[in-house]
Amino acid sequence: MMRGVSKRIGSIRFATISPDEIRRMSATKVITADTYDDDGFPIDMGLMDPHLGVIEPGLRCKTCGNKVDECPGHFGHIDLAMPVIHVGMVRELKKLLESTCRSCGRLLMTKEEAAEASEAMDAVDDLGGDYIDYRLMARAAARGASKKEFCPHCGQPQEKITLDKPTTFREGGHKLTPKEVRERLERIPDEDLPPLGINPETCRPEWMVLTALAVPPVTVRPSITLESGDRSEDDLTHKMVDVLRINQRLRENRDAGAPQLIVEDLWELLQYHVTTYFDNQTSGIPPARHRSGRPLKTLVQRLKGKEGRFRSNLSGKRVNFSARTVISPDPTLSINEVGVPFEAARELTVPVHVTPGNVENLRQMILNGNTPEFRDGKYVPGVNYVIRTDGRRVRITDRNSELISESLEPGYVVERHLMDNDVVLFNRQPSLHRMSMMAHTVRVMPAKTFRFNLCVCPPYNADFDGDEMNLHVLQSDEARAEALILMRVQEHIMSPRFGGPIIGAIHDHITGTYLLTHQNPLFTKQQVLDVLTNINHRPLPEPHIIDGKEYWGGHELFSLILPEDLRMTFKASICQNCPTCKKEDCELDAFVKVRHGILVQGTIDEKGVGSFKGKILDKITRDYGSEKAREFLDNVTKMAIGAIMVKGFTTGIDDEDIPAEATAQINDALSDAIKKVSDLVAAYHEGILEQMPGRTLDETLEVEVMKVLGRARDEAGQIAGRHLGMDNSAVIMARSGARGSMLNLSQMAGCIGQQAVRGERLSRGYWNRTLPHFRKGDLGAEAKGFVKNSYKSGLTPTEFFFHAMGGREGLVDTAVRTSRSGYMQRRLISALEDLKLKQDGTVRNTADTIIQIHYGEDGIDPTRSVSGDAVDVDDVLSEVLGDEADLLTRIGETRQVGYATVEKDLMETMEEEEFEELDYDMGGDD
Amino acid sequence: MSDFNVLTHNLIPEHHLMSEDEAQQMLSELNITRDQLPKIRKGDACIKVLERIHGPIEEGRIIRIVRKSDTAESFEVYRLVIKDVKR
Repeated sequence: MMRGVSKRIGSIRFATISPDEIRRMSATKVITADTYDDDGFPIDMGLMDPHLGVIEPGLRCKTCGNKVDECPGHFGHIDLAMPVIHVGMVRELKKLLESTCRSCGRLLMTKEEAAEASEAMDAVDDLGGDYIDYRLMARAAARGASKKEFCPHCGQPQEKITLDKPTTFREGGHKLTPKEVRERLERIPDEDLPPLGINPETCRPEWMVLTALAVPPVTVRPSITLESGDRSEDDLTHKMVDVLRINQRLRENRDAGAPQLIVEDLWELLQYHVTTYFDNQTSGIPPARHRSGRPLKTLVQRLKGKEGRFRSNLSGKRVNFSARTVISPDPTLSINEVGVPFEAARELTVPVHVTPGNVENLRQMILNGNTPEFRDGKYVPGVNYVIRTDGRRVRITDRNSELISESLEPGYVVERHLMDNDVVLFNRQPSLHRMSMMAHTVRVMPAKTFRFNLCVCPPYNADFDGDEMNLHVLQSDEARAEALILMRVQEHIMSPRFGGPIIGAIHDHITGTYLLTHQNPLFTKQQVLDVLTNINHRPLPEPHIIDGKEYWGGHELFSLILPEDLRMTFKASICQNCPTCKKEDCELDAFVKVRHGILVQGTIDEKGVGSFKGKILDKITRDYGSEKAREFLDNVTKMAIGAIMVKGFTTGIDDEDIPAEATAQINDALSDAIKKVSDLVAAYHEGILEQMPGRTLDETLEVEVMKVLGRARDEAGQIAGRHLGMDNSAVIMARSGARGSMLNLSQMAGCIGQQAVRGERLSRGYWNRTLPHFRKGDLGAEAKGFVKNSYKSGLTPTEFFFHAMGGREGLVDTAVRTSRSGYMQRRLISALEDLKLKQDGTVRNTADTIIQIHYGEDGIDPTRSVSGDAVDVDDVLSEVLGDEADLLTRIGETRQVGYATVEKDLMETMEEEEFEELDYDMGGDD
Repeated sequence: MSDFNVLTHNLIPEHHLMSEDEAQQMLSELNITRDQLPKIRKGDACIKVLERIHGPIEEGRIIRIVRKSDTAESFEVYRLVIKDVKR
């Protein structure tokens, strides 16, 4: 497996190839456009000449004598009848023609100027410049030279050179043939090239005008045999055929002394074919097409863009030891684990080196064969392959397993099936941050999906509506160790995006902890046992005895999984932000107090254990380490699920039922608002509406109307909210932060409100009106997109149409936003990928130049920061002063609405709008 | 050209020309060579202002820039003066 390094690459230099070198490295000259003769054998000196390499098995290469996979292929060449310009070099050619003399070929610079330019180039190195600086220097020198009107050496007046895209040069209106261009370039002396940024040893300018064309080996352009027996040639071969054909005709015509016009036409045609051979997407000329009308894929197209050689085959490759399937949730798994189906585990293998210590175990495993039976209903790993010391791979079958098991000895490698506790990488696209690929330990289990703990959904941004994920099995001990230390899920509980937990409870888990702890409900012994099954917890305290029965409080149960010396004080999500906080006497039970690892009071909800916001989670990860945090999260999931099952929880449309008098109240409020709007419109028409400073009269009206309608919607929501208490499941979810918001509820029960496009009331559609149901110029509430109904009462047809208009804007926005931000991220990463934080705290690139003197200017790792700050002063205070500190620190009032909140809101809207299967492809950006 | 001083603009951070001694000290403190520093072109508007104060500044001199920082309140960076390229 390990191969020694026999040679090390010291440096690589790219250079322009000379016609001489093309001919020297050529295995054969290609002169005929035909490929195969009637018997199907390649024609000598044709495009499929056997000297160019072998593609058919069994044959030997006529140049090197090797067989198919051993022969690397050899270049041939075509001698062009007339020189043609290389499309990739036109910019350099223009620069060269402009900055050199048309008669003597010298650089249009005086000796002093040239010396100065050369000196500037040399200085770039001393002051640590890179190739970009060289290019700038060269460009500046060329610009200076091309401005000269007379040659400083021979006094010749210079003409203006223009480039007729893509390959035609003109000098003062008269056309320069490639031959003339080449002659000019030949005259430029070597010593005049360095100021233009050209090294004459590796690049003579005349080489940019082609006289010989390299023919790539057949291995680069293999022909494929179709089922019908027909041969189908590669696009490159087709293009070379065109070049050869025209080259031949051009030579014949020229040698026969054909009229200048015909020769020139053929010459131009040759130029076209050579140009499209290099780049078939050159602007200004039509792309060469296949007989079917499909544009040919020539050299540049092979390399460029997302599907090109670099991005598709070199930076990214297909891999073995990977699997992909649908994902589903399993709260009984630890956050570090992933459930892998039997079928996948039997295919995915881990190489094990045989040592005297493990040889017996492995022998036994080989005896199991490649598809072992289940033993006592349990999965038994088998072996697919054994690699012997001589490197031979032997597939294990039922027949040979005994034989191979006996012959097993140290030095062999056994490829055994995946089994529990193996380390694998788990990934979900789009891989936008480092938490998109984390190391899990395997749990092989029945059914055909990958399963993981729900707390790990936020970092992957996964849900279970059909999402698929990838799994990669690590193949070496080094990789496993590295993954376990750096990539394990528990090491990523804290996000570097904001200094807080990204892995944490979501949805039902939050509802569960809420039901467990809100107002400290009592649980019977049976219930307690149900909740605590499978949880590794502290010993249970003495029960409360009521009427001779044993009861435990929810707070006591939750305290069982807290660290013994935990001390915290904070406000829960259900906190209403009363003007003066009653603290311990909060009747909403929103003031959370943990002392000595006991939850004294308060409700555990999103602020306690939720992802993005969970304060307890944050504190445990910070103060007790990731191992403890993992344990806590595993326990919270199990306990929350236990609690929600014991208590029972459901929601339905009748959760939004409100009494008839409330509906009447809402209707009154809305009618009032609509009346107010029509009053405003009337005032506007009468001209008595008071204009706001800095706004036109029209704008004033819009602002006022929006204000009135916005207030009406809020009022409707408030009236509805008054009848939706904390005994309501939907409200519990919204308030505790499990799912949904009070706005969602008020839109279901009260009123949907004004629909908007680009932040304005709807106005487009018909002439001066939104729909033909209204009068032209109607500025009233209903005519411009105010939806008076609620989702529950149902929308009128016009309201429904308006709602769809508003909804579409949201969809378009997300679509545009994701694709644009995907491309932005790609460019950002391309710019930053080589940066590295060094031991001295500096950020440097691969050239070792400094980008930042002190990482982030403050040297703080954002993962370990407290929402971006190096130190959480409140936390330190309360640690030192105990309860006294609570008077000093303003609990829950300090930056509660931080970065994390905004991000979470963003994420939620995205997933609600079901825009996850978007293609992030932005195409060729190179 | 008006005699507007860009350094007085609120979006431009403080620029100071470092003396050779200071520069040497800074380089040895950071244990780096000149060519590893970020660059500033001689034609930069700020360099032109500094030149009005200190006289001509040749390439290879080091400029100390004091920026306001969100994370560290104020932060110093150093830039090496390099040759200007006329565009």
